Amino acid sequence: MEEKKVRNIIDGTVIDHIKPNCAMKVLSVLRDIDHECIIVCINTDSKKHGRKDLIKIENKFLEEQEYNELALISPDATINIIKNGKRVSKEKVKTPKHIKGIGKCNNPRCVTNCQNMETEFDVISIKPTVLRCSYCESTAEYKG
Amino acid sequence: MELKHFISINDLKKEDIDFFLKKAGSMLELLESKKSVNICRGKILATLFFEASTRTRLSFECAMHRLGGSVIGFADAGSSSVSKGESIADTIRTVESYSDIIVMRNPFEGAAKVAANNCSVPIINAGDGGHEHPTQTLLDLFTINKKKKSLSNLTIGLCGDLKFGRTVHSLAKALSEFKGNTMICIAPHELQFPEGIRKKIEDTGTKIIQTDNLKKAIARLDVLYVTRIQKERFVSEKEYLRLKGIYVVDRKMLEKANKDLIVMHPLPRVDEINPEVDRDSRCVYFQQAFYGVPMRMALLSVMLKCEK
Ligand SMILES: [Zn+2]
Repeated sequence: MEEKKVRNIIDGTVIDHIKPNCAMKVLSVLRDIDHECIIVCINTDSKKHGRKDLIKIENKFLEEQEYNELALISPDATINIIKNGKRVSKEKVKTPKHIKGIGKCNNPRCVTNCQNMETEFDVISIKPTVLRCSYCESTAEYKG
Repeated sequence: MELKHFISINDLKKEDIDFFLKKAGSMLELLESKKSVNICRGKILATLFFEASTRTRLSFECAMHRLGGSVIGFADAGSSSVSKGESIADTIRTVESYSDIIVMRNPFEGAAKVAANNCSVPIINAGDGGHEHPTQTLLDLFTINKKKKSLSNLTIGLCGDLKFGRTVHSLAKALSEFKGNTMICIAPHELQFPEGIRKKIEDTGTKIIQTDNLKKAIARLDVLYVTRIQKERFVSEKEYLRLKGIYVVDRKMLEKANKDLIVMHPLPRVDEINPEVDRDSRCVYFQQAFYGVPMRMALLSVMLKCEK
């Protein structure tokens, strides 16, 4: 019933069902939001999960990289697109199988840590999110 | 058989391994016949050793010369532009225009894949840190097959550093593709197989027995593969000194072994094999090193599409 606690947005995105206490982490991966109106709820009640975080951002629509990072941080999050004050779509994020340019490999001997290059990982499990480096093949849990 | 790049032993299916064993066998026959071979005449191999490994480099260079091709390259990063901070991708993009195939060794894990992503000519990984060294695995398999006439139904002892030892991981994985093998993993508890690798191998139906007692295990073995305990893997000097001399293959040890056992080692050795047994016909490690040449001839000729 969060709609009653905080105001609605006209055009933009509502990211709902974010893992509790992860909203700030999610905000940190969203780009070009410095001048937008952002409403953040942390540890609000959720019908499904007990507690959840929620973010509403005016005039913001996620790009692929942001979407992928959100899915890694909070695999159960849902994305609602709002246009003219109406919700035009609602979908649960899908965790990508392969990600590029997100995160750093934990292996200090990994080539990605000594060359100026993008990291790449295969997502080998969700909950917990475990990534395997496409170069050195070492695996580690994604901590955001 | 087509192989664009050879980065990991996982690039090969079992049939591909069988193919290369056969191909290396015919290369060995060619070598033994002393006939000159010109299969790769006019082709240039570049050997890029960002980290020194004289043995592996010479083996590749020898193989290319035996095939009638030529070789360019550098033996360690100190003498090249790499020491001035040039990226792997830039080095590769330059060298690919000078050569038809590139062999690379680099201390960073995953470096071979970076090279392959930036290269239009074939890349062979001659070791990328603790990650992969697939041509070593192929020559190990070739040696076992040559000496035991099979890669199945063998009892293979893997001895030494099984925790960090890359060659042993790749070899064990490759051998588990063949039916009926038993692996006896001989190492102190601290240096036993990582759980993940052990599971993967057992999932193939290969039996694994773990022990820390070489003396007891040696009588059961068809193959004893000894590896060096590497100093750089240890945090404390004391721990290294405690474990490094724990297994020594010497005359007394071999008295307990089968007369048709073969003793292998990827070389260089430190003191895990006493030179007093070098003349024992069961000790095949120098021959194993030599078998790297026909195996690399097979790889070079196939990847250069220079087969007869
Ligand atoms: Zn890595």
